[in-house]
Amino acid sequence: MSRTLHLIWTTLLVAMLVGVVVINRSIVESRRAAAAAESGDLRRGFRFEEVSAARGVRFVHQAPTFDAKLEHIMPQIASMGAAVAVADFDRDGWLDFYVTNSGEGSLNALYRNNGDGTFADVAAAMGVADVNRPGTGVSTGAVWGDYDNDGYEDLFLYKYGRPELFRNDGGVRFERVTDRVGLPAWVNSNAAIWFDFDRDGWLDLFLGGYWSESVDLWNLETTRIMPESFEYAENGGRNYLFRNLGDGTFEECAEAMGVATRRWTLAAAAADLAGTGYPDLFLANDYGISELFANQEGRGFVEVGVETGVGRSPKSGMNAAFGDIFNDGRLAIYKTNISEPGVLVQANDLWVPRGLTASGLPVFENLATTMGVDLGGWSWGAQFGDLNNDGTLDLFLVNGYVSAGERTSYWYDFAQIAVGHNRIIGDARNWPAMRGRSLSGYQHSRVWINDGQGRFVEVAQEVGVTDTFDGRSIVFADLGNRGVLDAIVANQKGPLLIYANRVAPGRHWIAFELEGTTSNRSAIGARVEVHWGGRRQVQEVSGGSGFSGQNQRRLHYGLGDVDHVDRVVIRWPSGRVDTLESPAVDRLHRVREGE
Amino acid sequence: MMRVRIDPRFVPPMFITLILIVAHTTFGILEGLERTAIAIVSAIAAELALGRMTWGRWPHPASAYISGISVGILVRSPFVWPYVFASVISILTKYVLRLDNRHLWNPSNFGVSALLFLAPDTVTLLSIQWGNNIWPMAVIWMLGFVIVWRVGKLHVSAAYVVAFVVFAFVRSGLTGVPWQAALAPITGPMYQLFIFFMVTDPKVAVRSKSGQVVVAVVVAFVEMLFRLNEVIYAPFYALFLVGPAALLIERAIDRRQAPAVHPAAG
Repeated sequence: MSRTLHLIWTTLLVAMLVGVVVINRSIVESRRAAAAAESGDLRRGFRFEEVSAARGVRFVHQAPTFDAKLEHIMPQIASMGAAVAVADFDRDGWLDFYVTNSGEGSLNALYRNNGDGTFADVAAAMGVADVNRPGTGVSTGAVWGDYDNDGYEDLFLYKYGRPELFRNDGGVRFERVTDRVGLPAWVNSNAAIWFDFDRDGWLDLFLGGYWSESVDLWNLETTRIMPESFEYAENGGRNYLFRNLGDGTFEECAEAMGVATRRWTLAAAAADLAGTGYPDLFLANDYGISELFANQEGRGFVEVGVETGVGRSPKSGMNAAFGDIFNDGRLAIYKTNISEPGVLVQANDLWVPRGLTASGLPVFENLATTMGVDLGGWSWGAQFGDLNNDGTLDLFLVNGYVSAGERTSYWYDFAQIAVGHNRIIGDARNWPAMRGRSLSGYQHSRVWINDGQGRFVEVAQEVGVTDTFDGRSIVFADLGNRGVLDAIVANQKGPLLIYANRVAPGRHWIAFELEGTTSNRSAIGARVEVHWGGRRQVQEVSGGSGFSGQNQRRLHYGLGDVDHVDRVVIRWPSGRVDTLESPAVDRLHRVREGE
Repeated sequence: MMRVRIDPRFVPPMFITLILIVAHTTFGILEGLERTAIAIVSAIAAELALGRMTWGRWPHPASAYISGISVGILVRSPFVWPYVFASVISILTKYVLRLDNRHLWNPSNFGVSALLFLAPDTVTLLSIQWGNNIWPMAVIWMLGFVIVWRVGKLHVSAAYVVAFVVFAFVRSGLTGVPWQAALAPITGPMYQLFIFFMVTDPKVAVRSKSGQVVVAVVVAFVEMLFRLNEVIYAPFYALFLVGPAALLIERAIDRRQAPAVHPAAG
């Protein structure tokens, strides 16, 4: 080889090595949030202020303590349970929220909105506080839904333990009806949603399994309870699907409907993704692939994850949220995973519908990297919502797994065991002790604003989201009826945070609170398309989304500087379509089906 | 009956391709086939271009194919560029980092290690099981050992495996980590590629059989040192350091043992 040629190749090699550093650095910089700004700064069109204490909310989540055989890895086994779900349970026009606790004997909280900016915990008085008694398990989440169509939102509580259903009795108390509705005695769950999968006008319930239902985490018969693989595990808890029979009872039909899989489900959400008018079911699973169950007109489900693209690459799914991010009337799916620099960069998934399969199902393409919402740390809950009322959906993500000793890391040991064969990884005894070390702890939440041009820009620090608690559940609600989306964040072993939103003046909005008549009264599954200023946006009423979360049932649309809405098309779960022509902006519209 | 003879150079590529096809069709191990394809195409294109310009002839693509497919399997990144860079860097090292007309590093070991070290925020390594039962692992181990036996490198793989197991127990004793956890990494697919395709690379091995065994054991030992310092990509960095060092030591020994040539006085 000539010296000249060798010099050229050497130069090229050095240039490429330098290029690696430069590209890596530029990607990190492009994902990095701008620095914190002054509190009055509204350059992003909005700003959050954490106000929980000022609003009378001083809730701190407690974690459970399981069987001593798990003591060495307790922080990760007991790492879930902080959850929040929003509803106007007393129908006074102000949004309230329920918060779960997970310490044995700890109390859950139901914060009633006083309408003056403050909240009062009425859980004990209403009968939904003392639900974590030893022997019954501990709470991991809750979802609101009017299962008996009496006009008041009922409360389903899922746990590592005995699930509970509380019937809302006129907004003045809750009646425990668990024993007469046909729920299983013990489920270790982290996900549940209400949806009317057969469109019979009664809300059904999906309950996802995590740990096997045969496991009592406080009284282990064996330590072989762990996932059999880090990314191919199918030894989790089974899923349940409860069909509402309309007489106050449910029929469990997961097996018959084709959703009784065992994939360590961490999040569930339902929406009409295939355009059939029936809600499809998306499951984000830990230790494996996601599942998308296509609804067969209410007669059952077919799993189409591989066919549609969302179920091919196994990761650590922890979130399921839908959003019409391009304002084209189609819902994208956001699923969170794990990204830890230097160890594991699974990256989050943003599944965007880009075409159709031969059988007419949507084909999804992962655009998370292209759009800049891929790297979110050890990501948990995330939700879409128009935070700055500019007419495009933004994204708020919370993260962080175990924050223990600062500047310590369990990652090496975690990575070592995670690759092990199932005889090794599946037995908790083989897992190295955590010894007070953190695992992706002290992470910063992400707030990505949609620039409407196909990119999301990270602005969390700049808009006032600066906490580093171990976030689990994030939900949106207009707590002050001001026409903005406030954020509520439930942190594991940390305080509940309320981020009050302040939007720049001159930005319009419109919101809808739907009530079904032929459809389920909560109108869960209703699809609302708003047309304004040459734009359109679709949202669906949700019975639970994100991670262990439920946004307000109201649908909120930012309109930017456009002060006129042309048309609103509401497709109810019953199939009925109502159209509102030129509804007034800057107000909440309460709409009853058919009126 | 006509006997089909397979060019021995094609055996390792065929084996690694078989692993890939089985693993991906069964378990979907890849981020996407297109990324692995990009890695392979990048490596072969680089090899063909560099070989042609450097030596004036088209090089055999088998080696580049192995480098590319190794990169495609091992590298995990949501981005496409690392697959291109790792492959091209791997091939470039064969033309740049040379000593006595042979290259110093296993190409993909260099390429992957460089990416892991220089781009930790965006690049990681395959670090999962292929499936959750013992049969895929057992089949790959058996096939792998047959292949390395056929190419005369069984002693290298075996030495490394034995040394890893011994050092795993040493690590367990020193750190208090369960021995099952210390052993766990070698049950993963990343190690299958490492043991059968990187440690055994004949182009960067010392000549003597005993020397190759010693090098394999030293790689495992240095890996243990990295692991005791909680370095996740320990085997790659260990081979990165030990492989070239062994070649340099062998060269020094050769020079010392070679008869001195004295120019005629005059």
